[in-house]
Amino acid sequence: MSYAAGVDVGSTQTKAVIIDEHRNIVGRSLLDTGANVVKAAESSYVAALKQGNIDEEEVEYVVGTGYGRYRVTFGNTQVTEISCHGRGAVHLFPNTKTVVDMGGQDTKAIAVSPEGEINDFCMNDKCAAGTGRFLGAAAAALDIPIDELGPVSLRSTKPIKISTTCTVFAESEVLAWLGKGKKIEDILWGVHQSIASRSAGLMRRVGIHDEITFTGGVSRNLGMVKALEERLGKKLNISEECHYMGALGAALFAHDHVMTGRAPASSSMEVTS
Amino acid sequence: MTTQSAQDLVGRGNREGAALFRDWFEELDATARNGGQSAYVFVMGSINEILKTFDLPVVFPEINSLQTAVRRVAHEYLEEAEDYGYSPDICGYVKADVGMQLRGGEHPMGQIPVPSMSVLTNACNTYIKWAEIWERMYDTPTFTIDIPGTRQSGTQTWQGDSDFEADRKYVETQLRELITLCEEVTGKKFDIDKFRQVLTYANTMSRCWKRVLELNASKPSLFNALTDGTIFLGVANGFRGTQEGAEYFERLAEEMEYKAANGIGQAIEEQYRLLFVGVPCYPIFRRFNELFTDWGGSFVNSTYLWFASGGTNRGFEYDLADPVASLAEGVLISVRDAMDSMFHQSEVLSDMARDFDVDGVIYHPIKSCRTVSTGLADGRRHLTAESGIPSLFIESDMMDRRVVSEAQMKNRIDAFFEGLASRRLAAGVQG
Repeated sequence: MSYAAGVDVGSTQTKAVIIDEHRNIVGRSLLDTGANVVKAAESSYVAALKQGNIDEEEVEYVVGTGYGRYRVTFGNTQVTEISCHGRGAVHLFPNTKTVVDMGGQDTKAIAVSPEGEINDFCMNDKCAAGTGRFLGAAAAALDIPIDELGPVSLRSTKPIKISTTCTVFAESEVLAWLGKGKKIEDILWGVHQSIASRSAGLMRRVGIHDEITFTGGVSRNLGMVKALEERLGKKLNISEECHYMGALGAALFAHDHVMTGRAPASSSMEVTS
Repeated sequence: MTTQSAQDLVGRGNREGAALFRDWFEELDATARNGGQSAYVFVMGSINEILKTFDLPVVFPEINSLQTAVRRVAHEYLEEAEDYGYSPDICGYVKADVGMQLRGGEHPMGQIPVPSMSVLTNACNTYIKWAEIWERMYDTPTFTIDIPGTRQSGTQTWQGDSDFEADRKYVETQLRELITLCEEVTGKKFDIDKFRQVLTYANTMSRCWKRVLELNASKPSLFNALTDGTIFLGVANGFRGTQEGAEYFERLAEEMEYKAANGIGQAIEEQYRLLFVGVPCYPIFRRFNELFTDWGGSFVNSTYLWFASGGTNRGFEYDLADPVASLAEGVLISVRDAMDSMFHQSEVLSDMARDFDVDGVIYHPIKSCRTVSTGLADGRRHLTAESGIPSLFIESDMMDRRVVSEAQMKNRIDAFFEGLASRRLAAGVQG
């Protein structure tokens, strides 16, 4: 049996996925990226191999993706996470037309073809408003674990409207609402609505067409799923694999090479600053 | 042509352009140190033809400012202006110039003289406020030329039309007022024969510039519209109406004719032909281009080469028999075109994409410039709906390194090319 692997080195977390010849996921892992990006990529890959009980020699091709894709030193080539999320989403949900990927420091809206090719895409600008980092700022201000943000927000009965779009100012606005005696769940639901609003704006730029697949780490947050669905008036495709979508897409590009010998289009030039 | 002379010819435009550029700033430096006169002008309608007739050295503050970014010292000037009170959101060209004025004209390419007068058009609203700054700083006259723009999309009027003639006369009246002002400032009488000579040089430049741009439809393309084109543009502006400028453009056209005839393209193997829309990213000027050439992407044309040459890309040639009237006609047509190349851009781009057989359009809106950037999102949507041509929208700045993120930019550019590559593969077309 031969395998293909994808390693997605994100700003917050690093994911690795290994698939077999039939494109079934046989191993995966998720680690915090931390300061040592090269080590995070290696550790994540090793953990995925271990989970799948696969020898490294059995993996024929590895594609790196994410902001740290050039730090996947053992990888054969690199593909952007934009292409990888599109490819992975269409693989898991074949009727996907629009992908919204919400990660640690950026949010992307991606319009895809039935084959998973990128028709258009749009990302948040330089600031982290409307991304996972915005949620992190709120979690820090409220002293709540990130994983509890969604469930707590869903208990809201009187949502607060968060007016700031700046991640830095979000923390002080959250504290100001706490000072006014507002409930944590109402503040949190306001935070989720604020992010959903900005994300929907990005999606409108590329066109919102059914089906929509929600990917990236924030897709695990049920509060964000609900906020986005309410904002869009549409149901979203989600699954446990959505968090791994970048790595899965990278693994699918690697699988292409295993099956056809054709390497994905890639730039070898690294960022210099 | 011998091998040796062919080697001399290819790349000559870049070498000679860079040398002329240095000569220009050396002249400005000498003028500043000798306390000589100069005129401050802008790229969208410099009216160099009149100023050169009065032997006034011309200063293009836009070019001064972008040079600070290319030379990676823009932040020093921007911070100086911001310390003075300008917001980070104000045009970076203005702020770098203010910073330079506050430093007494100190510029990385030499000393810049203070203005004896400034001449501007309404092609950009910021020009008007910008010139007021110098007026207050130096108590020197500002002359604003009001160019009637196109009233509605696709309704430009042309020679022979009564509306056009009314507009032309309106511009001519203003140009005659400018001549009077120049006489007052310089103490010289207007020399019509010299003026005709200046127009003759300008005609040669416009004719050759148009030809150079047309020739880049060749496959492979002959020059990079973003990098090489900016060098040509510097000469087109700084030396307009001069013998050096005319000779330069004749030789540049000769070089491009030769390259076209012999199939000599750029240094890279051209995989994707691209149009550039907007103003270059000067803080990482070369690197920005490399993000595209790394994929075999080459810029075959650029809206910057149209509007930042004051519309002289149209190749309008003046009638020497009635020179002031003809200058008014040329200014009306060219500067109006510089404005239109932004305002009704999607139609022009659609034609250009077809004529130059381009694979993609790169939109580069910038924080600093509302004039250039405001309509780009809408224009892009329109172009996509009309032609379906792939396009990329990347935002940064022409001056301010603080809002240029190379990593984010590269991610978008790589994804764009990945999409182009997969589409090409799916279509079964070889690159």
